[in-house]
Amino acid sequence: MIPVAPVTPHRHVIHMRRRVADGVMWGATALSFALLGFVLLHILTYVFVHGYPALHLKIFTTDAQGIAGGLRNAIVGSLLLSGLALLIAVPIGVSAGVYLSEHGGGLAAKVARFLSDVLVGVPSIVLGYFGYITMVIGFGWRFSLLAGSITLAIMMLPYIARTSEMAFRAVPVALRESAYALGSPEGSVVRRILLPSARIPVLTGILMALAIALGETAPLLYTAGWSNYLWNGHFTHEGVGYLTYVIWSFIGEPYASAHQLAYAAALLITLMVLAINLSARLLLVRWRGVGR
Amino acid sequence: MVHVFSRFRFRWGLGLIAGLLPLSLLVIVVFLLHAAWPAITFNGLGFLIHNSWNLGNMYADPVMVRGQEVLPRADYGVLFLVVGTLLTSLIALILAVPFGILSAIFLAEGLRGPARTLGSFLVELLAAVPSVVYGLWGYLVLIPLLGRHVYPWLEQSLGTFVPIFHGPSGSGYGLLTAGILLGFMVVPLIAASLRDALVATPSALREAGASMGASRMEIVRQILLPGQRNLIIGVTVLAFGRALGETMAVLMVSGNALNSLPKNIYDPISTMAAFIASQLDSAMQDPTGMAVHALAEIALLLMVISVLVNGAARGVLWLSGHRT
Repeated sequence: MIPVAPVTPHRHVIHMRRRVADGVMWGATALSFALLGFVLLHILTYVFVHGYPALHLKIFTTDAQGIAGGLRNAIVGSLLLSGLALLIAVPIGVSAGVYLSEHGGGLAAKVARFLSDVLVGVPSIVLGYFGYITMVIGFGWRFSLLAGSITLAIMMLPYIARTSEMAFRAVPVALRESAYALGSPEGSVVRRILLPSARIPVLTGILMALAIALGETAPLLYTAGWSNYLWNGHFTHEGVGYLTYVIWSFIGEPYASAHQLAYAAALLITLMVLAINLSARLLLVRWRGVGR
Repeated sequence: MVHVFSRFRFRWGLGLIAGLLPLSLLVIVVFLLHAAWPAITFNGLGFLIHNSWNLGNMYADPVMVRGQEVLPRADYGVLFLVVGTLLTSLIALILAVPFGILSAIFLAEGLRGPARTLGSFLVELLAAVPSVVYGLWGYLVLIPLLGRHVYPWLEQSLGTFVPIFHGPSGSGYGLLTAGILLGFMVVPLIAASLRDALVATPSALREAGASMGASRMEIVRQILLPGQRNLIIGVTVLAFGRALGETMAVLMVSGNALNSLPKNIYDPISTMAAFIASQLDSAMQDPTGMAVHALAEIALLLMVISVLVNGAARGVLWLSGHRT
């Protein structure tokens, strides 16, 4: 064996290598960020460019007739489904958040928290199928507003519980202690101290959950069904139309009128989701800026 | 005394309400199991290991098989769905993990101040776009682009020496398109979590690196990223779980293949979630109800897989001290 002298590259070679490796990495990071930004902007402009010309006044004033007409029933249906889901999920979710933040140290609470984290991961189509076999078939409600809303509420619950738990945790302990020192029972500590001081982050979480619910399709396919008519006040036994259904089912039809409706629905739902998302973020940023 | 009582009543009430969350998980499992039971006894293990979704002869009288009433020649095997689900999610991760990590580095280290806020906001908005809007975009933009231009080119270049890229490249509906779309949908999760973790790294670590003469990127690569290994693993598994359950976007671009395994990366496939969404209408035509039970079995299977994946992800994140 002939001993081989280790080859040490020249110092400026090492220097150049490091410079090049750095440059390549920075380039790769910038490119991948640019790609993600481009895709987002492309989706948004695509939806806007195709949806805006399709947005006539008629869209807001007439109901869908087969594959033509307007979207009034779907707009109202989307708002009703998500609104009712919110009414169900907010009290439960915020109370669960209070419990997990105030009494979250024990084993039971830890298990509950872990399981509600897991519940976030249950696919929404599974929730939809669950709603179908229990409420639509089991209770005999058929495709209906209530079945759709309860399914959406189950989906929103863990989000709301999680965000409100975090919000309540951030309230300084000293505030609670001063209230207890004055003899307040726990109920009024929660109502008068925790809820008011954490209301903005709690509201942010609720708005985010609302944005998710508005954009959902899968859990509603077999719980809310579809209807060409405006909601007639029935909670069960009547299908409800909603915007996301229009997008997925009408775009597959071979008619221009159906495509126009799908584009309009996509624009409307995207605008609503973005507006809610944006206002939730602004609310939080302003609240943080003001300082507590 | 009254106060003590009301305090505990309040606390018990809160506890009971909080209990609704884990309870709903339990109720979902129990009801799905109940609905799927006839299908589980009829199908046995064969459900997982062969490719056949056959409701049987609709016009014949039902027969009794293994104690269950089914249509003659009914046969259910969903291997193709399990494979389709796992492969699309895997492709999504192969794309989303590097892009997520790189853009997180760019956001945390390359930008600062308002630019960072704006950039992070853009990436997080990707997660806010509804699934069905992704589906619409995939159907109208991605499929023509990939099917007409990118896939034929991939087939000519990569396909000549990598077997899975071997043609025919088809119409654009299929495995790779679904994977790409899913990748865009889960990338914000990875990017946002890692960006937050990088921003929160103690500055002493950066200073230590800088005092050794390391450049900014060398600090990121050799000090900061290795420290976030568990976070990256945990978030990746979490993203996998999310990709497994995505329905609408996959439904609109996957080609909805029935009973066949993909032969190359362009082939049409279907996933468990998309299949449930697309098949209930026809399953309801089965007078014995076995098709609806079999769909419940798919839902149960999907739920079990996602819960396991999610539980694993939470476990890894919990071990690494994160709770995302």
